[in-house]
Amino acid sequence: MAGSSASQQVIRTGGGARFAIYTILLIFCLYYLLPLYVMVVNSLKPLSEITSGGMMSLPKDWTTAPWASAWSTAQVGVEATGLKPYFINSILMVVPAVALSTILGALNGYVLTKWRFRGDTIIFGLLLFGCFIPFQMVLIPMARMLGLMGLAGTVPGLVFVHLVYGIGFSTLYFKNYYQQFPTELVRAAMIDGAGFFTIFRRIMLPASGPIAVVCIIWQFTNIWNDFLFGASFSDFDSQPMTVALNNLVQSSTGVKEYNVHFAGAILAALPTLLVYIVAGRYFVRGLMAGSVKG
Amino acid sequence: MSFLDINNATKSYGAVKVLHETDISVDEGEFLVLVGPSGCGKSTLLNMIAGLEEVTSGDIAIKGRSMTGVKPADRNIAMVFQSYALYPTMNVGQNIAFGLEMHGVPKPDRDKAVDQVSDLLQIGHLLDRKPGQLSGGQRQRVAMGRALVRDPDVFLFDEPLSNLDAKLRVDMRTEIKKLHQKLGTTIVYVTHDQIEALTLSTRIAVMFGGHVQQLGTPKEIYDRPANMFVAGFMGSPSMNLFPANVAEENGQAVAKVALGDGSVVSLPFPERSDMTGQVGREIVLGIRPEAITDPDGADRNSQSVHPVDALVEVTEPAGSDTFVVTHLGGKEVTGRFRADVDVEVGKVFQFAINMEKAVAFDPKSEERISA
Amino acid sequence: MTMTVPKTSARPAKQGGDWLRDAIPKLVLSPSLFIILVFVYGFIFFTFYLSFTDSRILPSHDLVGWLNYERLFKIRGWDIAVVNLLIFGSLYIVICCVLGLLLAILLDQKIRAEGFIRTVYLYPMALSFIVTGIAWKWFLDPGIGLQAVVRSWGWESFTFTWIKDSDMAIYTIVIAAVWQTSGFVMAMFLAGLRGIDNEVMKAAQIDGASTVALYRRIIIPQLRPAFMSAFVVLAHMAIKSYDLIIALTGGGPGTATEMPATFMYSYTFTRNQMGIGAASATIMLMSIAAIMVPYIYSELREKK
Repeated sequence: MAGSSASQQVIRTGGGARFAIYTILLIFCLYYLLPLYVMVVNSLKPLSEITSGGMMSLPKDWTTAPWASAWSTAQVGVEATGLKPYFINSILMVVPAVALSTILGALNGYVLTKWRFRGDTIIFGLLLFGCFIPFQMVLIPMARMLGLMGLAGTVPGLVFVHLVYGIGFSTLYFKNYYQQFPTELVRAAMIDGAGFFTIFRRIMLPASGPIAVVCIIWQFTNIWNDFLFGASFSDFDSQPMTVALNNLVQSSTGVKEYNVHFAGAILAALPTLLVYIVAGRYFVRGLMAGSVKG
Repeated sequence: MSFLDINNATKSYGAVKVLHETDISVDEGEFLVLVGPSGCGKSTLLNMIAGLEEVTSGDIAIKGRSMTGVKPADRNIAMVFQSYALYPTMNVGQNIAFGLEMHGVPKPDRDKAVDQVSDLLQIGHLLDRKPGQLSGGQRQRVAMGRALVRDPDVFLFDEPLSNLDAKLRVDMRTEIKKLHQKLGTTIVYVTHDQIEALTLSTRIAVMFGGHVQQLGTPKEIYDRPANMFVAGFMGSPSMNLFPANVAEENGQAVAKVALGDGSVVSLPFPERSDMTGQVGREIVLGIRPEAITDPDGADRNSQSVHPVDALVEVTEPAGSDTFVVTHLGGKEVTGRFRADVDVEVGKVFQFAINMEKAVAFDPKSEERISA
Repeated sequence: MTMTVPKTSARPAKQGGDWLRDAIPKLVLSPSLFIILVFVYGFIFFTFYLSFTDSRILPSHDLVGWLNYERLFKIRGWDIAVVNLLIFGSLYIVICCVLGLLLAILLDQKIRAEGFIRTVYLYPMALSFIVTGIAWKWFLDPGIGLQAVVRSWGWESFTFTWIKDSDMAIYTIVIAAVWQTSGFVMAMFLAGLRGIDNEVMKAAQIDGASTVALYRRIIIPQLRPAFMSAFVVLAHMAIKSYDLIIALTGGGPGTATEMPATFMYSYTFTRNQMGIGAASATIMLMSIAAIMVPYIYSELREKK
């Protein structure tokens, strides 16, 4: 099947048409970049420039004060600690959740594709549907359960929640990936005497690089960006970055420091943006794998 | 001016020349096959005739009208692709009629044309189905129907049988030949299968490395290949090629060939082949397997059958014949014996070589020597 | 059954070993299965059950039948939420698809900086909805955002107060949501376009199809799977929308941009009407199930 572009040799666009195409594409580039521009530019201005209608202009008085404020001195709810402690909360929450859910997803995918048994399709169907439920449906019982487990309002509690609801997706990724993996290799290893875990360690894992990256990136992005679980299950000390950011912006005491808000927003967005820029290819693969052809 | 003229056409991608100066004149009703291994330029040439690729230099003309700058849709051609390229979201009837629709043919005329063609190809009962619901052979017919319905000047086929299984391929080959005989259309057909080339064509262009190695009728290509490539490529099993020396014995030109045991045998050339001018020259002798037989199986009409005692190394009973392998001139040579001849491996046996069918090549230029 | 290899002393070929070998995969899978059964399906049933009780601040076990659902549909806030969801959902899906398809077709034309442009179109997907909400919230704010900027450029009478306007606020959510996900839809269509057989395009060219006819009759119909996937994903995201609304408008002005997700949260945790909250969550679940179950079923069936 011929290479990259469907219209490669077939549709020859003339000069005028190509100009129009590039122009339209460029306009949309501006459309997508505009909010980012607004955030960056306004996080480096003194407040006065913003309130006087200068939101779209470059700073006249460049300053990094908003960033310092957002990070360490801004008023988030009751205390004025800046967003730093909550950034740390997010990291403490994301790393274990991603690691555990990826490992479990890999094992599950391995079982579901190479160790078939009766009913495994149903189990996969159950897992799959679990990915798509509205989380509103589990908020109430989960709040109770966390309380019973003694994890209410703690970072480990959030790790647990994200792990539970991340298993479905990571299993989906690994299952689809392992499905393409030749089963003959597993059978050959079985004949050679290797057991379940040996095969996983020596044969499946080494070949899982690409999908592991996709899974990790996807989980990282989703869990870092989550708000609903954070808002529902954390208390003031354990809230993740997104919740803290929202509190920062919504706090109605005093003057709204828009520049600090924007700096905070960029801080919150940086990790996932960096991951996207560095490993965008895998990010896209994750997006596509999760939605197209399940 | 013939029906389809390819005049000094070349094709280059940047600095890479993939098709060298090519001159072919095709008469109306001819079945021209472009055959050669992958990358020889045959598909490129076909795409240039279709207008899907631009001609770098030279010209292509259909019915005397130059096609330079003419879009594919305006050339009055039709093409059948290797993967059939049927429109997956339309049913068979719509697929066949699509070209007519794009050219503004009104619906009643379209329907009539579709019916005619589907009757001819016996796919009338498939008109409402989608390509995904058809078998390979059925899809092939629909692809041909789509081409036929346009009633074009030239039909182009791009390896249409490659995706079919062996038996279906043979059946469809016969179908295509019957259609050609019935409709008398002008066809340019690309394939890498030399059997298709030999059976279907009125003329063959054997291509390799962007050059036309030989242009001729199947018989010319088969019996008098222009060079060693054509000799080896056409015919299955391929022509035996082995070194020999031209000498003179008893006033006759002979080819002196070394046998496996060190002895040398003299194979006299037929009188009319006029090899006397080549005495002293080293050549490569080409003889097809069917010209190396058991003595009773040799061509009775030939006056140049000569016996050679050689060691039988391998026998391959193939049902209708038995292929026997020995060594001549240091090269492995295959002969074709009748099936019920009693041949034993490891024993010396008398082979009959029909020198009327022999061809001589120059070892360096690889071209055929003499007429 | 097992191949006994004399050299290696490995496993004794007794029945216990075989049982264990068969059981290990299931054992490995079982924690995840247990988790899913309890924390997904168990919880779903619990919430479902709660919707039939008169729970307020805390869950109660007094069943009241369909009362919560009846009351739900009489609450004005719920009406607004449902209508908002329909307006938002349809605009969101349609605009994303049209925009995504347009950009994909343009990008498919052998564009020089294609990789860069794709990166730009897709980066919003990497952002949290909170971040997106904040960016657009202030950009659309009449006091400091677009209206203020345009006025400061000289056009004194320019007004853009949608975000503060009860009738128009929902459209600001559409703007922000489309900005976030249209790149993703574009990526899906682009992948679909690239999967189309090149020979079909050549055949169409020979048949005489103009560029417009080529797209309308041949290319776009082949994108049906991509449309289906896009629809399912977008509908699913629309129903679950919560973060964006909280950040962008907080559900306001007043309850003008209330959606089922925000409704559920406020009724359960702020207004202490757990029963009604549970009922609204159940309705959300049912609507997602109506879309997802047929989709998942057809995907799984195709696998076999």
